[in-house]
Amino acid sequence: MKEYNLTDSYITDITEKKALTTKNLQVYYGDNHAIFDANLSFPRYKITALIGASGCGKSTFLRCLNRMNDKVARVDGEINYRDVNINSPKINVYEVRKHIGMVFQRPNPFAKSIRENITFALKNAGITKKADLEERLEQSLRSAALWDEVKDDLNKSALALSGGQQQRLCIARSIAMRPDILLLDEPASALDPISTSKIEETLKILSKDYSIVIVTHNLQQASRISDYTAFLHLGHIIEYNSTVNVFTNPKMQATEDYVSGNFG
Amino acid sequence: MNAKKMDHLATGVIYTLVATVILILIAILGYILFNGVPDISWHFLTSAAQSFSAGGGIRDQLFNSLYLLVLTIIVSLPIGLGAGIYLSEYASDNWFTDLIRTSVEVLSSLPSVVVGLFGYLLFVIKLNLGFSILSGAIALTFFNLPLLTRNIEESLRSVPNLQREAGMSLGLSNWKTTTKIILPAALPGILTGLILSAGRIFGEAAALIYTAGQSAPTVDYSNWNIFSATSFLNPMRPAETLAVHIWKVNTESVTPDAHAISSASSAVLIIVILLFNLGARFLGNKLYKKITATK
Repeated sequence: MKEYNLTDSYITDITEKKALTTKNLQVYYGDNHAIFDANLSFPRYKITALIGASGCGKSTFLRCLNRMNDKVARVDGEINYRDVNINSPKINVYEVRKHIGMVFQRPNPFAKSIRENITFALKNAGITKKADLEERLEQSLRSAALWDEVKDDLNKSALALSGGQQQRLCIARSIAMRPDILLLDEPASALDPISTSKIEETLKILSKDYSIVIVTHNLQQASRISDYTAFLHLGHIIEYNSTVNVFTNPKMQATEDYVSGNFG
Repeated sequence: MNAKKMDHLATGVIYTLVATVILILIAILGYILFNGVPDISWHFLTSAAQSFSAGGGIRDQLFNSLYLLVLTIIVSLPIGLGAGIYLSEYASDNWFTDLIRTSVEVLSSLPSVVVGLFGYLLFVIKLNLGFSILSGAIALTFFNLPLLTRNIEESLRSVPNLQREAGMSLGLSNWKTTTKIILPAALPGILTGLILSAGRIFGEAAALIYTAGQSAPTVDYSNWNIFSATSFLNPMRPAETLAVHIWKVNTESVTPDAHAISSASSAVLIIVILLFNLGARFLGNKLYKKITATK
């Protein structure tokens, strides 16, 4: 593998409103330093893609943003959301996750009916009126472009759906909570091309109302759907810029090599 | 020898070994059922045992076995559930949880007669519970808990981690995720383990001889006051179970039809345990289908 100067980086300061900002974020798995000094601002109501080779730390970084690394890794530094550092030990992580939702690489619907998959967490969050639940159910499934396919089978098991449908159900489940920010960890990597394009369309539409951060190893996908792109290498954020610039006018050698396929 | 011949030979050996296992099982089951079933009658199942004359039944012993089983499960299930949930969902891997797991393993390999004598000294004598169903149920809890805990832990662990992450990412607490998502998904496995352990409890004799006792006093099945000495529900009365009855009839009975009674009792015991096993499979499958709604 080519050696790059990892301390050298090009990080744009975004001018838009910020949904989330990390400051000097460090992640350690035991003695293993996995993320070095990440300073990044995610724009509101835009899609930001995190790209990089396997093991570069993009998923690790993403999982810090709603505290999913608690008990798994040590995370130092600040994550600022609405002027609050949500990485502080005093923060109620369950509340954080209601505002910052997450969709995972492999679809993970609950072994419950489609309806309950959506309504379960809502009821837990204190929404008990049937009309409200039904409204959110339909709305979230519509937003995830799944409503027409499942509206007659809401009481059927979510496990009977196809992989692509399950993943859209997971997206619907997240947005039913009406989070501000949606984190997606390679949401389409286990899916076929048709399901993938459906998910991409869905995300594009959702970005009008949600700030989205997506990890992907698919460069075409990043360039198709994202507004900003961050390139990570060996735990360092090497470049962060508008997606157009990252792909057509990269400032760093490592980024250029990666997006043009000359990497490693 | 070429690969094909070798393969044939290996297959042959494996089939022979499997056949041996099945044959032993069929031989034992067949012997017990063949000897016992002809002596089972409605009268046998519903009348009291006789000490000296022929024609005694196993009504009280059968009931005692079932009652003891229910009490044991009531005592051991909450403990096993708590320990299993702790080990699977809350504990981190360190020396303390290693110690718990090792203790559970050691406990599960204790000979049941040792459990029985320990129960005798501690519950019957020291705690003054006497020969009673309660003493028996606590002793059987000792006997049952290790396997039950292990089974619950394994069932919970077999639920994919993705489910926990899904719960967490929706802002559910660890407790909510465990009780409302992980536990239901693990329920078929837990239920199967519970019923199989019920079979073991039902057939246990050694641990009960010194704790639940060997006498079956006449009880009144219409007396529902559990504090009354003659009530069938009184947990403080001594209670000979079916398995203990078989042992006793074979060792010290003077009834002329002792052989028939022991054969028929053994057959009843085996049939009940077989029913438990089949029931476990059936219920486990059915519950799994119902929960996941995959038909």
